[in-house]
Amino acid sequence: MRKDIFSKLQTARRSKTPVTLVDGLDGKSQALVFHDRVDGDLPEPVVNEARSRLRDNKSGVAELSGGRWFFDCHNPPLRLIIVGAVHISQTLVPMAAIAGYEVVVVDPRASFATAERFPNVVLIDDWPDEAMEALRPDSRTAIVTLTHDPKLDDPALEVALRSEAFYITCLGSRRTHAKRVDRLKEMGFDDAVVGRIRAPAGLDIGAVSPAEIAISILAELTAVLHAKPIVAAAA
Amino acid sequence: MTDPTPFASIDDVLGTAEGWLGEGRKVALATVVKTWGSSPRPVGSRLVIDGDGAMVGSVSGGCIEGAVIKEAFEIMDGGPARLMEFGVSDEQAWDVGLACGGNVEVWVERMEA
Repeated sequence: MRKDIFSKLQTARRSKTPVTLVDGLDGKSQALVFHDRVDGDLPEPVVNEARSRLRDNKSGVAELSGGRWFFDCHNPPLRLIIVGAVHISQTLVPMAAIAGYEVVVVDPRASFATAERFPNVVLIDDWPDEAMEALRPDSRTAIVTLTHDPKLDDPALEVALRSEAFYITCLGSRRTHAKRVDRLKEMGFDDAVVGRIRAPAGLDIGAVSPAEIAISILAELTAVLHAKPIVAAAA
Repeated sequence: MTDPTPFASIDDVLGTAEGWLGEGRKVALATVVKTWGSSPRPVGSRLVIDGDGAMVGSVSGGCIEGAVIKEAFEIMDGGPARLMEFGVSDEQAWDVGLACGGNVEVWVERMEA
C-alpha cells in the first residue's frame, strides 16, 4: 500500500470518517473514496460503487470500467452505550470491546461510575437523557440499560426509542418489563416502538453470574446485528 | 476519561502495521477480498506480517496463513502485489486448501516504508 494512502487511511479511521480504500487488482491503482471527496484517480463508475458500498458497509470485489477492483469499506466502529455502571457492565465492557465495539458507560451516580471500577472506558456522569442526546445513537449503535432503576433507565429509553439504534435491551424480569412497557406507553410510545426493546435481556442460556449475563447480551446483540433468527435453546 | 477500548487493539491489524513500519520493519499486508462457500474469515479480514515472520490478524482459520506468509516475504522484498486464490479445487488443496470447503481470494501487498 502506498505510504500516503495508508497515512490518510489511518487519519480517517482515527477521526471516524467513513472511507473506502479502492485497490485495482492489477496492482496499478489505489485510491481513497470519501462521501465528499476522492483522493486518487479513479473512473467515475468506480467512485460511485465505492460510495454505495460505503453506505451499505459492504466490502468486496466488482468488475467495472474494464478492471477488477477491491472495495475495502472503513466505517467507524459499532457503538455500545451501556446505561448503568453496575457489576454486569464491568464484565460487558471488556467483552464488547474485544468484539470490536466502541463502548460508553453512562451513570450519574458517582459511587458507581468510577475510573477504578471502569478503567479504559469512556464514562459519562450526566443524567441518562442528556448523555444519550449528546451521544446521538444511530443505526450502528446498540443500547443496553442495566440500572434496574426507572429513574435512570426510562430517560435513556426515551431517547433510545426515538433513535435508529439497531439493538435496545433492558435488564429486568418479565414483571419489571411489563411495568416498564406501561410507563413507556403512558409517555406516548406505541406498541411497535416499545416492542423494539428486547426483554428479558440477552439470549436464554441460563446465565447467572454477571459475566454470563454479559455473554448472553453480547450473543443476542450479535444475532440481531447479523439479522439471525434466534432459536430457543432446547429444553 | 481514559483511553477508550484498548482491548480492541489485538484486532487492529492496520494499527499494528503502522507501528511496525514506524519501527523500520519490513511489512506486508494480506486482505481477504472475495470468498465463496464456507470460508472461515469474511471479506476485509487482514493479516499483517513482518520480515521476521511475526504476524497479527488472520485470513483463514489457520489453513492458508503459511502459504500467504511465504508469498508475503517475496512481496515485502520488492515483489509486485499479488492476488492469491485458495480452495478445495486448487491443486495446492492437499497442502494449503481450506478444510472447510470454501474458496478465498487474498490480496497480498507490500506496505511502503
